[in-house]
Amino acid sequence: MNLTLHVWRQKGPADEGRMVQYEVKDVSEHASFLEMLDVLNQQLIGRGEEPVAFEHDCREGICGSCGFMINGDAHGPMPGTTVCQLHMRHFKDGDVLHIEPWRSRAFPVLKDLVVDRGAFDRIIQAGGFISVATGEAPEANLIPVPKPVADRAMDAAQCIGCGACVAQCPNGAASLFTSAKVSHLNLLPQGQPERFDRALSMVEAMDREGFGYCSNHAECEAVCPKEISIDFIARMNRDYLKAKAQRGMKTPLQT
Amino acid sequence: MATTTLDSRIPPGPIEHKWDEHKGHLKLVNPNNKRKFTILVVGSGLAGASAAASFAELGYEVRCFCFQDSPRRAHSIAAQGGINAAKNYHNDGDSVFRLFYDTVKGGDFRSREANVYRLAQVSLNIIDQCAAQGVPFAREYGGLLDNRSFGGAQVSRTFYARGQTGQQLLLGAYQALEKEIASGKVRMFPRAEMLDVVIDGRGRAVGIITRDMVTGKIDRHAGHAVVLATGGYSNVYYLSTNAKGSNVTAAWRAHRRGALFANPCYTQIHPTCIPASGDYQSKLTLMSESLRNDGRVWVPKQPDDKRRPDQIPEPDRDYFLERRYPSFGNLVPRDVAARNIKHVVDEGLGVGPQKNGVYLDFADAIQRLGRKAIEERYGNLFAMYEKITGEDPYVVPMRIYPAPHYTMGGLWVDYNLMTNLTGLYALGEANFSDHGANRLGASALMQGLADGYFVIPYTIGDYLSGHLGEKLSTETDDFRRTEAEVQERVNRLISIKGTRSADSFHRELGRIVWEYCGIARNAAGLQKALQLIPALREEFWSNLRIVGGPDQLNQELELAGRVADFFELAELMCVDALDRDESCGGHLREEHQTPDGEAQRDDEHFQFVSAWQWNGVGKTPTRITEPLEFEYVKPTQRSYK
Amino acid sequence: MSWFSALYRSAVGKKAVMAVTGIILFGFIVLHLIGNLKLYEPGLYKAPGETGPGVRYINAYGLFLRHVGEPALPAYGALWIFRIVLLVAVILHIWAAWQLTLMSRAARPRAYASRPKIHTTYASRTLRWGGVIILLFVIYHLLDFTAGTVNPGFVEGDVYRNVVASFSRWYVSLFYILAQMALGLHLYHGLWSLFQSLGWNHPRFNHWRSGFAHAFAWIITIGNVSFPLAVLTGLVHK
Ligand SMILES: Cc1cc2nc3c(=O)[nH]c(=O)nc-3n(C[C@H](O)[C@H](O)[C@H](O)COP(=O)(O)OP(=O)(O)OC[C@H]3O[C@@H](n4cnc5c(N)ncnc54)[C@H](O)[C@@H]3O)c2cc1C
Ligand code: HEM
Ligand code: FES
Repeated sequence: MNLTLHVWRQKGPADEGRMVQYEVKDVSEHASFLEMLDVLNQQLIGRGEEPVAFEHDCREGICGSCGFMINGDAHGPMPGTTVCQLHMRHFKDGDVLHIEPWRSRAFPVLKDLVVDRGAFDRIIQAGGFISVATGEAPEANLIPVPKPVADRAMDAAQCIGCGACVAQCPNGAASLFTSAKVSHLNLLPQGQPERFDRALSMVEAMDREGFGYCSNHAECEAVCPKEISIDFIARMNRDYLKAKAQRGMKTPLQT
Repeated sequence: MATTTLDSRIPPGPIEHKWDEHKGHLKLVNPNNKRKFTILVVGSGLAGASAAASFAELGYEVRCFCFQDSPRRAHSIAAQGGINAAKNYHNDGDSVFRLFYDTVKGGDFRSREANVYRLAQVSLNIIDQCAAQGVPFAREYGGLLDNRSFGGAQVSRTFYARGQTGQQLLLGAYQALEKEIASGKVRMFPRAEMLDVVIDGRGRAVGIITRDMVTGKIDRHAGHAVVLATGGYSNVYYLSTNAKGSNVTAAWRAHRRGALFANPCYTQIHPTCIPASGDYQSKLTLMSESLRNDGRVWVPKQPDDKRRPDQIPEPDRDYFLERRYPSFGNLVPRDVAARNIKHVVDEGLGVGPQKNGVYLDFADAIQRLGRKAIEERYGNLFAMYEKITGEDPYVVPMRIYPAPHYTMGGLWVDYNLMTNLTGLYALGEANFSDHGANRLGASALMQGLADGYFVIPYTIGDYLSGHLGEKLSTETDDFRRTEAEVQERVNRLISIKGTRSADSFHRELGRIVWEYCGIARNAAGLQKALQLIPALREEFWSNLRIVGGPDQLNQELELAGRVADFFELAELMCVDALDRDESCGGHLREEHQTPDGEAQRDDEHFQFVSAWQWNGVGKTPTRITEPLEFEYVKPTQRSYK
Repeated sequence: MSWFSALYRSAVGKKAVMAVTGIILFGFIVLHLIGNLKLYEPGLYKAPGETGPGVRYINAYGLFLRHVGEPALPAYGALWIFRIVLLVAVILHIWAAWQLTLMSRAARPRAYASRPKIHTTYASRTLRWGGVIILLFVIYHLLDFTAGTVNPGFVEGDVYRNVVASFSRWYVSLFYILAQMALGLHLYHGLWSLFQSLGWNHPRFNHWRSGFAHAFAWIITIGNVSFPLAVLTGLVHK
């Protein structure tokens, strides 16, 4: 199939950036979207032009490196699929595709489709862990975890941190990402001692990074490659509000 | 000068006491003095992240580096199946000794007994640590940890978190690391690629040179010790199950500075991956080993059989694994399955549009157990397969083909995980590891975490304690020289200005290595590869085209640097494979097979580790050997008939 | 009030404030609707012991609101308390809405060239402009029926007359109807959204959260839209 691509090109963080049109010919329907871009890039190199920079690593939908908008859809049109797992058979000959990086104040564009998602790491730094130093752990089976709880925690823990939730959210909020980590740890018995501090610190870190707020539009859930539920956002809000109530509404000690 | 005598520093005494005895005698660094030491950890996979976090918890100052945008994306994230530990929760007779035994035997008697025993011992602590961190392992209804049997093991000792065990374990280590970053003990350098290690005049590792992958800036970092946890090198084959960024550069740069590279030819080819669909193919996707529990492997007896698979009647099918290995059938070990699959495809019996796969058929299992049961067991795998191929494996049999997956070879390390260069350590898949010539399923995650959480935090103190008060400086001749060399190399790559992309060279190199140093090797092929590779390498250095400059985010430059190192590694792999004139584990020399087509070891001549010393580009490396002794597990010939 | 500002500082806190004030406003709207339904009550109401011909039920209801709580409270006392609570709620609700809107603008300084697809409900996208319409409407509504400034021949206390007089003009009715639709959409998403904002979720009742929101959105809209229609069709007349 032949496609027309409009790709965001931006030389570096300071560059203005613009959409540039490319034609790609004879794309196999079995290729993945990133492989289609690989083909384009080889053509560009052949012509002495700089290839389109995009982030990728595992190409198995698990590392969370890849991701950009295709015609207004984070990770493209297939639900539950990262762009590296999106295959060209879902497109048709003659399609015109607009490819843009995630847009968020907290994710500055570094080049073309590559953005800096360091804000996510900093949210984790605020409390997305259980404080247990190496060697301190008790025998694993001393902490039984009811199966439904473990399963639910796993549903949340699956987040790959790709940033699609932020990209699709009309408010540019990071609530799905943050709530997935808060919920993963706050659901488990191991996470209880730090539960409320965690909710407070991580929610506040999210604001500090310049993300938007949650209007409960649920766009994030619709595009999440791991189909993480916005129920976790409600859980996070609950833990946060409870924490505020319990702590006499004082700001938490910064972790 | 680097030392060239191989002292593996295996402690004396009975195997079950070696580690405890050793720990008891390691020198310690006073808690107040720990903050006076800086440790550089390159890599944030299971091995790197666990080590960096543990060092910081102990009080050391740590700098951690990874080339991804976040430490959470290290390739360990992709591991699916699970992690072994000798907990014996199932009361099925597992024990530290049995895990040790299975691993030594699985490694085809080419690993160090003492290391493997220690690995089995600390496997217990790993599960405790990860569970406490909140890794959502699968549970039974009683709330206790669930286990499954994996990769043909006779006991259930594999812990798992759905099909995302690596992800969850890595997130556990990553979270511990982020906690220490927040506390200021770890400085994280994401998007920083290590391009060289700095060795001082006394042969000691004192720092590294990195390139900031956003600005292109070349930086110096000084440390009292340098720990490489940079993963495996399967991407030398171009197509592999590894992440696209996985590379050998860090280990290779250390090798060029004098670190010995051990057993480079030991590579693991995983039998069940989705075959390539065209020449744009960029990587191969692993389909879990567990599929072979219920799937039957077959090909049509007639080459070019045009019928749909379900139209081919039983008598016209060849269930070649069941036929050749009546007792293990489809569950033969990875290497045996991979070899046999390649064999039938080479004979022209392959299926699919490219005739490059064999069927893995679930029709019988679906009939016997019902679609629902199959869905429960493999639902997510089937969905992934359908996503990639567009075919529904409930209806059409899957097509599979082997793909490079794991590399047992790596930097040579002693019992303390130190390379032959003082102060330079290697952990995880980057070291030559505890897996001998073949790794068992679910044991790489175990090894990475064992190294990072429970071995290196002890052993590094023994080295550091002797260096208290040593000031760090990046303003030394060693740093300046090394930095200049790195800069020079970057400039050289950029200024070739030829016509071919790094990717096209990588693909071509991959095809050569796969053809001649892949599933099965022979002397003639290896000799041929040893001519092809240098020729292509020369073309690379004269005809490479990188568009874009060095002072920016330049993915072509990154790739070119990695491919350049893969060229040199590929040559060493072939040298090693040619030199090792026996078959063992993943290294099958066609000249050395039992009458049944099994790997035929030659213990008399090859019961040793080959550690290679770099002598320069295109120069024959020097082989240094570390003899292996087997006191507890007596070498036997594997048989799966 | 430091606890309030500590809470209010975060986006989640602001949303909780919006949700709580939204609940207050919603409660008012429900009562308001119940009150207005008196428009349909036929005949006249006579207070116990009263001798005259009596008054329209809705006028009596208005009278009741002004005197409820007497003699414990002065006349208009309860009504003023009620009005102050509502006013504070409205101010907080709008203030938070404003700040959150700014926050969301700031979070994406550069818009997408190709507009992000909408995968979920459109109702949620109308909250901001819908809110503005509701606000304008409320102001007009107060001028119309409370202050009487824009009501033709306003008679204080004669709610029935004032309503009929105002709605007899088709354009006023049309505006009123449009505003009710905006309110309906607001509630359609808002009444579900508040559960999320306050963290009220549980697998056992999650499925009826949206049922609740949709039912009340419809009840309120249909109820409120019926008044101008009833006047225009002559069902309710002088
Ligand atoms: C698809 C797949 C499935 C697997 N499943 C299993 C399984 O079920 N069970 C099991 O036990 N094993 C499994 N394995 C193997 C296992 O995942 C790996 O061996 C293991 O995770 C390696 O961990 P590591 O920490 O050594 O390296 P990695 O996780 O590869 O980490 C390497 C780190 O080094 C960094 N790095 C590399 N080079 C540089 C450089 N030059 N400069 C700076 N940083 C650098 C990277 O950024 C990264 O952080 C699987 C492997 C694959 C490919
Ligand atoms: C009768 C009047 C009103 C009622 C009953 C009402 C009710 C609600 C409710 C229940 C919510 C959901 C809160 C949450 O998600 O937690 C909401 C949200 C909202 N309201 Fe109102 N509201 C009213 C008036 C207004 C007015 C006058 C404005 C603005 C001028 C307004 C602007 C908004 C906005 C912008 C939101 C969305 C906040 C978000 O994006 O999440 N509302 N309202
Ligand atoms: S490249 Fe890893 S998720 Fe797409």
